[in-house]
Amino acid sequence: MPGRVLLIEDEPNIIEAIRFILSREGWRVDTHSDGRTAVDAVRERLPDLVILDVMLPNRSGYDILNDIREIEEFGSLPVLMLTARGQSKDRALAETLGVDRFMTKPFSNGEILDTVRELTGA
Amino acid sequence: MKQAELARRVGISTSYMNLIEHNHRDVGGALLAKLAVALETDVSRLRNGAEAMLLEACGAAGEAHADCMPEMAELDDLAERFPGWARLIASQHDEAQRATDLLRLLNDRLSHDPYLSASIHDVLSSVTSIRSASAILADGSDLDPAWQSRFHRNIYEDSQRLAQTMGGLVSYLDQDRSADRTKALPQEEVEQWLQEHEWSFSDEDHAADCVAQNTWSTQVARHMAETYAATFIQDAVDIPVEVLKPLIETLGPDPLELAWKTGMSVPQIIRRLAVLPSETFPDGSARGAVACDASGTIIFRKPVRGFDVPRFGAACPLWPLFQALQRPQTPLVNTVRLPGEGVEGAMFDVHAFAEMEFPDGYAGPPLTKAWMLISPATDDQAQAYPVGLSCRVCSHSDCKARREPAFFASE
Repeated sequence: MPGRVLLIEDEPNIIEAIRFILSREGWRVDTHSDGRTAVDAVRERLPDLVILDVMLPNRSGYDILNDIREIEEFGSLPVLMLTARGQSKDRALAETLGVDRFMTKPFSNGEILDTVRELTGA
Repeated sequence: MKQAELARRVGISTSYMNLIEHNHRDVGGALLAKLAVALETDVSRLRNGAEAMLLEACGAAGEAHADCMPEMAELDDLAERFPGWARLIASQHDEAQRATDLLRLLNDRLSHDPYLSASIHDVLSSVTSIRSASAILADGSDLDPAWQSRFHRNIYEDSQRLAQTMGGLVSYLDQDRSADRTKALPQEEVEQWLQEHEWSFSDEDHAADCVAQNTWSTQVARHMAETYAATFIQDAVDIPVEVLKPLIETLGPDPLELAWKTGMSVPQIIRRLAVLPSETFPDGSARGAVACDASGTIIFRKPVRGFDVPRFGAACPLWPLFQALQRPQTPLVNTVRLPGEGVEGAMFDVHAFAEMEFPDGYAGPPLTKAWMLISPATDDQAQAYPVGLSCRVCSHSDCKARREPAFFASE
């Protein structure tokens, strides 16, 4: 059963596309663009999954992931990270911080859908 | 005692002190005596210390090239009998280490070059958006006409953005690095160094340490960095952030109002605002700035998200920066719109001001420099006039100020 996704991304057209393809499959999609208040958005929205871009204004996705994991109730919240760079050191850093999946741009709509379903068990 | 303070006490530059510390310069005579006084020691101990450093450097060279099986037990003898050769070994080892570090830096340029990193991010984000929107349109299922229109618009916008970014990348990567290689690199090197330090330093000692600790490819780059640091420190002394921040809260980040209130010059206020952290401003957004000399050559770049100042080649002639050059001492303020993106993020408020100086008095020519502060637009409904970043990558096909065709223009 599709649930709630919080998309933390600042590119408007990417937001629109991801929101469209997930909503079409029954997901409720909330979005947030400001890195500084992203963790507050997680607390408010209580998503079943977070899709988190690495390069955000004012704060990196790595810092946000770190802060999410420091909150006990979000220790096992599934997080899918999106990045333009897929070097092994970037992946290693994300894994150290507790990411569940690391996806490099450009990705396909199918990849996003499959990964969201897999991480949430929907 | 920090290196900068010691240099000041003995009357030499920090850069020269750094050379001495790294065994690139001999010290003797009066200077050695001054150093001994400043360090509260005697000359003989300093000489012995210098020899110890030389032995250490030669030892490091031997260990780094252990495959050559240098006679490490004879090192003391070598340094005593042939000090010049010992200094040569130490110097060459140091240079080899610097070259290796630079090569490592260049090999991982994407990580260390902010322009490349930001450009690649823009390209991949645009491609991702185009791919997703295209797939949605192409999947064959019934799609509401309003959604079709939106995704077509998104593909158009991202295509424009992609073309612009790729053009900038081509220009950046396609530079002639043969004859003027050393001249092209210093400004790049300094801008990278400034980026790493977020264009600010806590005090004079911190600035001197940051200059001294960086591995500079050329003395020109180092001198440029020292000049910037000195200017920054002076600006910070003249108008501390503790004084500026409350004024920004009451008057807004208007450089003319702030200059009037503080008695500082408008360019000085622009420089200050450009390097302040984003949380200093009520809207939480950092500012950017660009400066040029009377020839229109960019002499300072501090980018802001969404407004990339061309690294090489000429900028857009419609920038208020260049209009200010034609009207020195007259403040200009405009809202501009860049091509290729949606409404959000493409509009900027710019304040421009050109200042004249007369370094040679009545006899010499006036020197004019123009400064432009770049801020996110406060009113996205404001009347904005279109500008680009550079003609070569601009999609404004009917621009009367176009100097050359865009690289992607059809024949």
